[in-house]
Amino acid sequence: MAQITIENLGKVYPGGTRAVEDINIDIADGEFIVLVGPSGCGKSTLLRMVAGLESITEGTCSIGGRVVNDIEPAERDIAMVFQNYALYPHMTVRQNLAYGLKNRRTPKAEIDRRVAEAAEILQIGSFLDRKPRALSGGQRQRVAMGRAIVREPAAFLFDEPLSNLDAKLRITMRLEIKELQRRLGTTSIYVTHDQLEAMTLADRLVVLNKGRVEQIGTPLEVYRNPASAFVASFIGSPAMNLIAARAVPHLPGTGHAGLIGIRPESLIPSADGQIEMTIDAVEELGATRLVHGHVGGEALTVTMPADADLPETLRLKVDPQDIHLFQAESGARLARA
Amino acid sequence: MKRVFFNNRWLPWLLLAPQLIITAIFFLWPAAQAVWQSFLREDAFGLNTTFVGLANYKQLLNSSEYHNSFWVTFVFTTSVTVFTMAFALLMAIAVDRLIKSEKVYTTLLVWPYAIAPAVAGILWWFIFNPSIGILTYVLAQVGIRFNYVSDPTDAMILVVLASSWSRISYSFLFFLAGLQSVPGSLREAAAIDGAGPVKRFFTITLPLLSPTTFFLMVVNLVYAMFETFAVIDSTTYGGPAQSTNILVYKVYQDGFVGQNLGSSAAQSVILMAIVIVLTVIQFRYVEKKVAY
Repeated sequence: MAQITIENLGKVYPGGTRAVEDINIDIADGEFIVLVGPSGCGKSTLLRMVAGLESITEGTCSIGGRVVNDIEPAERDIAMVFQNYALYPHMTVRQNLAYGLKNRRTPKAEIDRRVAEAAEILQIGSFLDRKPRALSGGQRQRVAMGRAIVREPAAFLFDEPLSNLDAKLRITMRLEIKELQRRLGTTSIYVTHDQLEAMTLADRLVVLNKGRVEQIGTPLEVYRNPASAFVASFIGSPAMNLIAARAVPHLPGTGHAGLIGIRPESLIPSADGQIEMTIDAVEELGATRLVHGHVGGEALTVTMPADADLPETLRLKVDPQDIHLFQAESGARLARA
Repeated sequence: MKRVFFNNRWLPWLLLAPQLIITAIFFLWPAAQAVWQSFLREDAFGLNTTFVGLANYKQLLNSSEYHNSFWVTFVFTTSVTVFTMAFALLMAIAVDRLIKSEKVYTTLLVWPYAIAPAVAGILWWFIFNPSIGILTYVLAQVGIRFNYVSDPTDAMILVVLASSWSRISYSFLFFLAGLQSVPGSLREAAAIDGAGPVKRFFTITLPLLSPTTFFLMVVNLVYAMFETFAVIDSTTYGGPAQSTNILVYKVYQDGFVGQNLGSSAAQSVILMAIVIVLTVIQFRYVEKKVAY
């Protein structure tokens, strides 16, 4: 169990390419942190810097109050679950689980006890003597988790562990990871590009873009008060409608061009609505439907109940409380009046 | 597997004929000749041939010279195989760790493979030549007398070096390809699991290389046993005092130099049996034992 403190962390590769810049995150003991962002945003690099697989070129990272910048991965008391699981193909599941403990000269009886315990928790007891190639994707995923938990480390690091699974299994495993983490209470950092996975797993989200932190907060905070136009468009599905506005009256700091953000579910069909949208396309999701259309030159998406009437033009209204305003150039959020 | 059916029963035979004829003329017939000849004894001028049954074999098995040749072959083959593979693996590891210029090193290291064994033999023969060899000179400066003409051990070292040298390239390429196919995340996982670089190599990388290693072992054994004739013939001629007279070279010496065709044929048959055993081992175990 440990807290992790990341201070002014940066990474510049030899040759000058910058991967991450000025990252500050305080992770409490037992917290589940999800690093989320589009590919190339530096989230994996950041995780690998915490793991010790990438060197830290700026700032510090401490695990359990100890600065680990120059400490080998093995000495950092962390366990990592890789995207491709990285199970040792020539070892049985049991040997895979025991490998890390053996390297640390854990007594045989203790190894057996921990392997049995992990097998029990993850329900992998029936294939302990099989080799990884004889397992399905979901089973391999469990073994990879097992290898992390037998070590009883101070922190778990997950690098997109679910992205090789099919959609259905991904949802099941997502829930299992969440429950497991709750039960063990181990501090965890989880990397994903899937905003839904990020929302459902995280105690707190760290949204990254172009190597910088855009926002840190609980999933609901981030969803309700996105700190930037980037976060607003990245978190939430379907994405928030962002409409260019030349000038927005009645609000401070908006003498210049801005962006108006409205979540698709905040646009409510109403006979006295001020917004008149021409419908272009409809996507049925079962319980709801997504209605795509345009107002003037701007595309809009609206979430509607599946049984609602669909006229050719929709009249929509929006609660002023649900309107987000962003600066056009920087994308930064503008305070409401 | 795809199955094809022919309506005409002769057509498949006709289609197979070229391959079958080549196999029969160039492989089966000479092999049968050798077997037949191994039961005969001929005089030096080929005027008189007698059927002697297994006498040639009996003589061989009782001949201390032949026993010696077996032992020499064992030492030579093992040395060539071990030295070639160890050195190739070392080179492959070194190149695998390179970040830049990997291709240049690979290309340079593959060059020796293009050199014919006889030329390789002569090259090392010059390098170690007792009177004009550059390495002999260097060794003499540090007080080591290297003379393959008179010293059996030195002669063995020479032929092992000359035989291994060009083969290192071949093994190197396979080892490098093998190393590069080991996923980086496995090494990282092992690093997090507390295994240092040496332990990582022996517990993760080497086991994952085992199919490559086994394949190379068989290929190099066969090479050292059967394809090193030119090296021996261009350097030591099997000497001094039979110390580098490997089985293949002895077949040639007894048959074509010594004119004892019966004994030479019997030796060929024994070699054939060894090849068959090696091939069976390769096919039996290459997929079963070492795959993971």
